[in-house]
Amino acid sequence: MKYTEEHEWLDQDGDIVTVGITSHAAEQLGDIVFVELPEVGAEVTKDDEIVVIESVKAASDILAPLDGEIVEVNEVLADSPSKVNEDPEGDGWFFRIKPSDTSPMDDYMDEAAYKDFID
Amino acid sequence: MSDLRETPLTGLHKALGAKMTGFAGYEMPLQYGLGVMGEHLHTRDKAGLFDVSHMGQVLVRHEAGYGGAAQAMERLVPVSLMGLGEKRQRYGFFINDAGGIRDDLMLTNRGDHLLVVVNAACKADDIAWMREGLPDCEVVEVTDRALIALQGPKAVDALAPIAAGCEIMKFLDTGIFTSDYGELWVSRSGYTGEDGFEISVPEAQAEPLARALLLHEAVEPVGLGARDSLRLEAGLCLYGQDIDAETTPVEAGLSWAIQKARRRGGEREGNFPGADVILDQLENGVARCRVGLRPEGRAPMRAGTKIFGSETGGEAVGQVTSGAFGPSIEAPMSMGYVAASHASAGTTLYGEVRGKRLPVAVAEMPFTPANFKR
Repeated sequence: MKYTEEHEWLDQDGDIVTVGITSHAAEQLGDIVFVELPEVGAEVTKDDEIVVIESVKAASDILAPLDGEIVEVNEVLADSPSKVNEDPEGDGWFFRIKPSDTSPMDDYMDEAAYKDFID
Repeated sequence: MSDLRETPLTGLHKALGAKMTGFAGYEMPLQYGLGVMGEHLHTRDKAGLFDVSHMGQVLVRHEAGYGGAAQAMERLVPVSLMGLGEKRQRYGFFINDAGGIRDDLMLTNRGDHLLVVVNAACKADDIAWMREGLPDCEVVEVTDRALIALQGPKAVDALAPIAAGCEIMKFLDTGIFTSDYGELWVSRSGYTGEDGFEISVPEAQAEPLARALLLHEAVEPVGLGARDSLRLEAGLCLYGQDIDAETTPVEAGLSWAIQKARRRGGEREGNFPGADVILDQLENGVARCRVGLRPEGRAPMRAGTKIFGSETGGEAVGQVTSGAFGPSIEAPMSMGYVAASHASAGTTLYGEVRGKRLPVAVAEMPFTPANFKR
């Protein structure tokens, strides 16, 4: 598992990377009431704003952590956005991306580094 | 947060683990452990305790007693105070010369004087405005009392053991109670759409009283986050956001607070700032009005969202002033101003969210039914 400074987690399985937000981020955002996900098949560029999260407090954007194609999105979140609060690093995942370039993965933090980052 | 003022309950909020935020110059609790959604639902289901000590409590006295103070204050508010019964409370607003709202407030007939409760952000201006406009009155800010709101269907169960007799009060009744926590000034009112009380308590007794109320199994502390979603679901305006110096009470849908006695043909017609504008609007209508808005999807339309009459093209017909997700209605909700031609309930309009026009229906408010003790 890798982590970005934007509080996303990236879980690589073969040539597919699953992306969500960390428990820390979900807690900071508060109760999440709406999630807008990208279209399956969309070609995205690293740092594009591709997910919108609305919590009871405010709207925030999630950036694409890698260049690539969105191959799957977590449709459950459309009707049950609270899944992100309940299980941010499991059932509350956002999308799966097939990266065209995985090299940025090497720059992202491992769990220990992320823990230091949020402390 | 060193520039922020504290209330007599700031220490308690921190001890309870609140996440604190700056609001109207005060360090206030945004939320506690239950979170905004949990605190909101708990208030509607049981009872929530809110610190509203940042609000201003002001006594207005006149040598001729309540009648003198009421008559004087009617020069500043378009509300009938002469017609307000003893120990009764009424909503009102200060008006500027253009008919805009300077602040909204609660007014109480306390037998021989008036008690006024005003918004935190406006209180210094309000007090100066009253001193200037009411030279025949003594205007005294109460600085040694905290204000606690206890809201929700179980509020009465928690307060009755402390202020015996509060259970027989009706909505907008007020009373002074002798208690173990000193003299309590209690009104059966609040700003959540629920039954409940606002309790003014001597500052030294504020924390003991709050702790005693929190010991009741039904009561949880509630922060500003849920206070905002509760008042929005109840269709209530937040000053500075939904109403301000640029909006009149008629545009804001608050004409119900202007009694007949102060309208054209009434016994004490007009004679308040902006009266010509407001009385004319009451007779001839307004170009824009405050409406409730229910987005069709799940995306909240927040303050600033522009509202259009059609899915493409055209000029904006209005704007959202408050928007959030309503935990009790389990849907997004907004209020805002739209052109009177687009203000009928049921009209489909379009809110522009992140560049997309999404359908939103003009809706009746409150979004949740009020639960007052009539």
